[in-house]
Amino acid sequence: MTQTSLGESVVQKVVQAQNNGVAANVTHTQPLWLLAEITYRCPLHCAFCYNPTDYDKHTHNELSTEQWIQVLRDARKLGAIQLGISGGEPLLRDDIEDIVIEAKKLGYYSNLITSGVGLTEKRIQAFKDGGLDHIQLSMHDITEEINNFITNTKTFELKKKVAAMIKNHGYPMVLNVVIHRYNIGHIKEILEMAEALGADYVELANTQYYGWSLVNRNQLMPLKEQIDEAEKITNEFRKKAGNKMKIFFVVPDYFGNRPKKCMNGWGEVFMIVTANGDVLPCHSARVLPNMVFPNVRDSGLEYSWKDSPAFNKYRGDSWMKGPCVTCPEKANDLAGCRCQAFLLTGDAESADPVCSLSPNHHLIEKAIEDSKNPVLASQPIIFRTDKNSKKYASGESTERVEEFHALP
Amino acid sequence: MENKIQHSDVYAIALHHRFQWEEAQQSYVILFPEGMVKLHGGAGEVIKRLDAKATVAEVVADLKATFPDAEGIEADIIGMFELALEKAWIRKI
Ligand code: SF4
Ligand code: SF4
Repeated sequence: MTQTSLGESVVQKVVQAQNNGVAANVTHTQPLWLLAEITYRCPLHCAFCYNPTDYDKHTHNELSTEQWIQVLRDARKLGAIQLGISGGEPLLRDDIEDIVIEAKKLGYYSNLITSGVGLTEKRIQAFKDGGLDHIQLSMHDITEEINNFITNTKTFELKKKVAAMIKNHGYPMVLNVVIHRYNIGHIKEILEMAEALGADYVELANTQYYGWSLVNRNQLMPLKEQIDEAEKITNEFRKKAGNKMKIFFVVPDYFGNRPKKCMNGWGEVFMIVTANGDVLPCHSARVLPNMVFPNVRDSGLEYSWKDSPAFNKYRGDSWMKGPCVTCPEKANDLAGCRCQAFLLTGDAESADPVCSLSPNHHLIEKAIEDSKNPVLASQPIIFRTDKNSKKYASGESTERVEEFHALP
Repeated sequence: MENKIQHSDVYAIALHHRFQWEEAQQSYVILFPEGMVKLHGGAGEVIKRLDAKATVAEVVADLKATFPDAEGIEADIIGMFELALEKAWIRKI
């Protein structure tokens, strides 16, 4: 799915949900957010998709409706309140209606995160009747050309129709726009389009480099100056639009000096259950070495969250090493993202290389330089397709992934 | 921002927002697209009383009656209204 609200921007809005990285497995945290990555199948092929490049492996063994309903019940018992139904494209499953009804019964605030493909009048009415609370729609650009190019599909007109449908059914309109080199010059127009569509919330999410977006990093990364300009335009627009349309601008971590507090802390707020039943503290955690993640087919969610070695491994700060372990700022970012640290440096316990204090920070500087290199940047995008995924999963292709320490 | 709370004003929870008690958290929460807020006990008691009918004055009076031992709570209550309005958790009727 798109790099949404499921990432940092939302997490910052969770008031008092963090424990500031104190004591590890005695933190008594609760999973406030259950993210159901319900299928990795998707009709779109977004260049910036953060799903794992080998997602194809997990498309043949999806959990059943009954298993999802059990997941919902168990997570609710542990304290989960927000439910994100994402993917892939969740609407490729025909049981989202049943899941929504169960979510309502259990008292979740439920969110459907969709590309819009597959949303029909009939289905949206069923969601409304079933008690779905909101629908978040991904949009890509104001131009048909770029929408269709970056998603590798002809979906531009459809998205506008779906936006109107969402509005007509009395849903809050939540738009998510992933920002990259191809649309960063159109921020003002994108915001105007959002306003014209009657959006209540707009999330401008700068691409973060995981999964397919890491493979396509040189093709997607904008210039620092472009990001600054985009932020400026966003701020001006915000002043003008006032409280009516809330705009979130998710800053890209590569251009900061400090990493993001990834997922608001490992095993602190988010619990992700993937299409095949893996239980993860973050979307890309499966890239980490020597980790066994629990699966709902074998163990309960309570064990996964509270006692599994995987969830306890990076809780708190006792696992850290230098420079983080003695760093006065460690509570702010908990040393950043474990997956980014491992993918780029080969050491999962090291500081996120985004941090200027990291001994590996040059890797980020190099990535920024590489993205300006016309030879590298002109390599074609590798789109997120089943065919490409099969090649990565089988090892047939290692194209543009050799430099990383795990398959992104 | 100008958020003057008048005693005669009437408030309700904002559109697309849901207010509920959470057993597991032992607290009230406000849920909305893109986020949630856990409320401290006192704040929850205020929001709970916003039913699109009661005026601010009535909410204050009711809270004073419910918590007779709490001194000078009126300022806190008005402060909560101001915060909630600024954050757009509530809407004026
Ligand atoms: S391909 Fe696009 S729409 Fe599909 S899951 Fe990835 S980002 Fe979402
Ligand atoms: S050194 Fe480590 S803890 Fe300190 S700011 Fe950098 S990443 Fe965070």
